[in-house]
Amino acid sequence: MNVLSRMVRGLVSGVRAVNRRYANPGIEMTPFVRLALVTLRVYLLVLIGLLVYKFAITVG
Amino acid sequence: MNLVASTFYRSRRWLKILRLFAIVAGPGIIVMVADNDAGGITTYTATGAKYGNHLLWFLILLGPVAYFVQEMTVRLGAVTKRGHAEAIFSAFGPFWGWFSLLDLVLTDWLTMITEFIGMTAAMSIFGVPAWLTVIGCWLLMGGMIMTGRYWTWEKIALVLCVGNLIYIPAAFLVHPSVHDIVKNSFIPNLPPGGFTNELFFLLMANIGTTIAPWMLFFQQSSVVDKELQEKDITFGKIDTAIGALLTVVVATFLIIVCAKLLPGQSIDSAAQAAIQIMPQSRYVGAIIAIGLFDAGFLGAICISLASSWAFGEVFGWAHSLNRKITEAPWFYAYYLFDLLLAGTVVLIPKAPLVLITLFVQVIATTLLPAALVFLILLLNDKKTMGRYTNSTWENVANIGIVVVIIVLSTLYGVSTLFPNFLH
Repeated sequence: MNVLSRMVRGLVSGVRAVNRRYANPGIEMTPFVRLALVTLRVYLLVLIGLLVYKFAITVG
Repeated sequence: MNLVASTFYRSRRWLKILRLFAIVAGPGIIVMVADNDAGGITTYTATGAKYGNHLLWFLILLGPVAYFVQEMTVRLGAVTKRGHAEAIFSAFGPFWGWFSLLDLVLTDWLTMITEFIGMTAAMSIFGVPAWLTVIGCWLLMGGMIMTGRYWTWEKIALVLCVGNLIYIPAAFLVHPSVHDIVKNSFIPNLPPGGFTNELFFLLMANIGTTIAPWMLFFQQSSVVDKELQEKDITFGKIDTAIGALLTVVVATFLIIVCAKLLPGQSIDSAAQAAIQIMPQSRYVGAIIAIGLFDAGFLGAICISLASSWAFGEVFGWAHSLNRKITEAPWFYAYYLFDLLLAGTVVLIPKAPLVLITLFVQVIATTLLPAALVFLILLLNDKKTMGRYTNSTWENVANIGIVVVIIVLSTLYGVSTLFPNFLH
């Protein structure tokens, strides 16, 4: 149990360290970059929505 | 005398250039040939069997498309000295970074299962049980990385790439119609029956197998691990172009074989194609099975490495094939863990392998557009890329290709989820 909790703590601290290291996006946020990222978010949300819908109708 | 001296000087110069190219070459050829993995071989056998040589022109078109996409990773890797996962984290922050990394890991793992499915199916044709194939593969794949040298791994991978060319002699053995091949290679045409849902699905499957997310991560990390510099970019591009040519050649020859021996048949897997061909030609059937095993093996080692590199880059672990196992334990542990996990799934009785194969396509659809968009954005970041930023023409070509791939791969993913979507 101790080993497991130590592993989880190590993983969480590792993830936090990564988040801190890359907290500030290095790319210049031009309007083109912003638009591309927003479009990508919308696209992925739609795709995930479809996956959830498929899962719901399959299970239902 | 002058002529002799100038010829000698010129040939020495060319030899020197060739030697330099031989040093730089590798990542492009390996990634492109590994792209013809077990799933790819199945797609090509199904295409050839169902539609004969009619879609050769489409396959040939995909060669330049793959080149344009992968070439960008060469520039990005050589200029930034960062792998693709690290580049995404660094440029777009943790949200997109984690999304890409976790999606990559899942896609890679599922794809590796399909590689093991291909390898075990291929070896079962020769009477080798699945458990023996899986254990044998684990040992070979583990042994490849024991030396702690990138060069050794690369040389073995290149030998496997040569193995992928086995379909070329197979095509000569079946004596296809050269006129038919030449006509269908250079004149775009639709198969008899016109544009159907089945044809559309196969066209998209061919695109899906030619451009895969792991390829972007693999080649960029490979370029970094090989320590290529900006001055090596031209050779890196040639390496990628040769790889693109080889991938098209292999696909073309396999389609020719299946078009001749399995005309009009619906094929579900390359192993099934090999079994059906055996009564007509034992040699060709055996060649297809050997090629399938080779493709699965090469795909598995490359895909597993792509994930290991990505994890190493992000978590800051030592992540190079030039490090010994004791120097980069997490990197190698992840590489082996990935292979062990994928191989084990194939050995589980009644594992939903068909469902996994379909799921790969859907998950890859979520990652591919994101990875391609990031690639375009990164290649347009003047601050990082300097004089290697995409030119206007490169942007026109690359953005055009990326938009088409995104639209088609999305349709592919959605039609996998909802088979009646296109009716």
